[in-house]
Amino acid sequence: MLKSLSGRPDVPQVCVPIGSAPFPVPFASGLEYVPPARGVWNIVHVGMLIPEAHQIFVCAPGCLRGVVLTAAEMNASDRFSTVAIRESDVLEGGMESLIIEGVTDILNRLPSRPPAVLVFTSCIQHFMGCDLPLVYRTLRARFPGTAFADCYMTPILRKSGLTPDEMMRRQLYSLLEKRPLNSRSVSLIGNCFPTDESSELVRLIRESGFDLKDITLCKTYAEYQKMAESFLAISCCPAARAGGDALEKRLSQKHRYLPLSYSYREIEQNLHRLSGALGVPERDYSSAVSRAEAALRKARKVIGGCPVALDAAATPRPLSLSRLLCEHGFSVERIYADGFSPEEKADFEWLRKNRPEIRLYPVSRPEMRVLPRRTPGKTLAVGQKAAYFTGSSYFVNVVEGGGMYGFDGICRMAKKMTDAFLHEKDARSLIQMKGLGCDGCR
Amino acid sequence: MKQASCFLSTYAADVSGVCSALFELGGMTVMHDASGCNSTYSTHDEPRWYDCNSMVYVSALTETDAVLGGDETLIQEVAEAAAGLSPQFIALAGTPIPMITGTDFPAVAEILERRTGIPSFGFPTNSMNSYLSGAGMAFRALAERMVDRAAVKTAELSANILGFTPLDFSVNGSAESIRKRLEAGGFRVISSWAMGSSLEEIRRAGRASVNLVVSSSGLPAARRLRELFHTPYVVGIPYGERFSEMVVSDLKTAAYTGRSRVSYAAEPAPRQPETAVIGESVAAGSLARAVCAETGESAQVLCPLETCPEIFPPGGAKAPSEEDLAESLKPFKTVIADPLYRPVCPKDCRFVPLPHEAFSGRIFRKEIPNLTADFGAFLNMLSTK
Repeated sequence: MLKSLSGRPDVPQVCVPIGSAPFPVPFASGLEYVPPARGVWNIVHVGMLIPEAHQIFVCAPGCLRGVVLTAAEMNASDRFSTVAIRESDVLEGGMESLIIEGVTDILNRLPSRPPAVLVFTSCIQHFMGCDLPLVYRTLRARFPGTAFADCYMTPILRKSGLTPDEMMRRQLYSLLEKRPLNSRSVSLIGNCFPTDESSELVRLIRESGFDLKDITLCKTYAEYQKMAESFLAISCCPAARAGGDALEKRLSQKHRYLPLSYSYREIEQNLHRLSGALGVPERDYSSAVSRAEAALRKARKVIGGCPVALDAAATPRPLSLSRLLCEHGFSVERIYADGFSPEEKADFEWLRKNRPEIRLYPVSRPEMRVLPRRTPGKTLAVGQKAAYFTGSSYFVNVVEGGGMYGFDGICRMAKKMTDAFLHEKDARSLIQMKGLGCDGCR
Repeated sequence: MKQASCFLSTYAADVSGVCSALFELGGMTVMHDASGCNSTYSTHDEPRWYDCNSMVYVSALTETDAVLGGDETLIQEVAEAAAGLSPQFIALAGTPIPMITGTDFPAVAEILERRTGIPSFGFPTNSMNSYLSGAGMAFRALAERMVDRAAVKTAELSANILGFTPLDFSVNGSAESIRKRLEAGGFRVISSWAMGSSLEEIRRAGRASVNLVVSSSGLPAARRLRELFHTPYVVGIPYGERFSEMVVSDLKTAAYTGRSRVSYAAEPAPRQPETAVIGESVAAGSLARAVCAETGESAQVLCPLETCPEIFPPGGAKAPSEEDLAESLKPFKTVIADPLYRPVCPKDCRFVPLPHEAFSGRIFRKEIPNLTADFGAFLNMLSTK
């Protein structure tokens, strides 16, 4: 039972019908609230995908706290160290020395020298004009057998070019050392989860005789380094796109951005683009479409007219998924999102025209803190934030698309929705775990 | 290097201390930060986040705001939110970038108060000090601004309890047990700062005959209440039967004499203790004293946090860095500490886990004992482990 501390008798109205909502940002910016749905991975989770690498954060203690405890909750404290910035470091300068000597001290004290170190700097170094190139030159000279990646925890730059998430997913591959390209090797990049083996994307690559590499499948640093030989890098997550472009530029890998989508047309286009990049014949996906249609019909039969709520952390394309569900008779009533990707413009317009009554709710607006978290009846939620805000125990526990892709992904999503509709979950426990699906996360 | 930690966690920061101290009082607390502090606070520092709708927000500072300067954006957005949410007060707390840009928090708070008519506080926190500093500032501000100055002392023995946050006491009933222990000792508890009391109860705090300080964060408020209302204070947490009796006795003495005192103050042990307690001054000092009172075995406090001479446990040592701590721990056969301290303890020592939310966050929350209600179980663990 939620305990009210505000003493407010009334309930603020914060939602807007999609029919009258602006795109891509339906809500005014301002103070922000953070709901306790924590399944989305943070930069520590993502950085830990490089096997055997050690992370060192150089930040104010308050900024260190969240990341050091993320590592502890992952049972990965042995791969994590910190250098705390104090007031005197800001007031008296010497930030470069602090980083160099701090990292040196840690590397000298660790039981064994890691093959790679991710050094994270923060907003402070950015604002102080810290000479990071000098820092990394010095560290590389001191530790010639260790690779250093410059990584960033700079939330203040989230609206200044690449977001911290995009930067992290780019820097994740910055340690790959150039080597001759292998025309039979393909990398999937930038995902937190392995893409389902049953997806048309993975099957097309494997069944065409290519070796598929994915950082989520790497067990050793040497395996990670072999990703450098791929002639083709595929990104599906919007935040990974910059990483793919960087690989194309630095390692001469071809980059193809094949975004996760729930549109049959876009899925097929993406798969045909992949065929082109692989140099293999385009496949016929009519049977896959039929399977997706059957799966959606089957799910609709069980779920019926139960209100459905989705959130933007569940998938990078919440509007595409909403449209698919509406087109197949599901009763999408709410979407929780502070904003949308420009890629979703067409789906937004379709929903605005065909389902103008769907309510858009913000996630971070201050009013969301005090809005009652319940719905009049049973609601099926897709995503942790949708589950939290609707107070529903019937939810698909998924973030970032959950590794589901293509027509097969739609079948799997339909099945998960059915399962969620039929079986209650302990939302309170599940959604508060950090880094859904991350090895060792609590 | 003192600032480098290979293995250890870090304590909750001052900005979290402000939020934690004010959480239950119906105000609106805004961390002036880009993002991250709010997530850290709500995930690791605030066990009440899921169940209580306290209005704690982040200002979502951007690079442009920071570079171009001016606090009008912050003021406008806070005022707008306050107009819709009607908080009892507004509190602003700083983080590293506002420190670099020199945000004048008291001035911003003053403007906000004039514009909204809502009592407003500005705390110059910077995420570089511990939660004790931030919570201490917040409690002191409550004493300064929110307590009714015209309060008349109660006729019967009465007390406020100062320095409660879940960062030190979790949400395992410890705060309630301490309150009950005082009531059992003949005190009427006017207010608990700030777990389990409303702002209205805190307004009446000037009526108490004595204050009990249960963490370092309660000391600034205790000192201010002494200045304002001549209320003496006693420092210590009632752990174990014998030490609890000492605390209650000290409270009565203080109430009658008007003299403040630290209950766990005693002559340092004549010989080097074999047991070390790592922790916050008041909690670790009380624990060491309570263990000694029950078993006769003394323990030395190692304090990695801010403290001051007045409340520093006798014979204790400061250990602000991982290196200091590892060195200081070498002579001890038994170490009582948060489980995340295990990596720097001597390999052959007996380690007695005592999780501390301000250090390990939620990881061991279910294992945090209520030492006031069940000190015997802890003593058993100490003797059998």
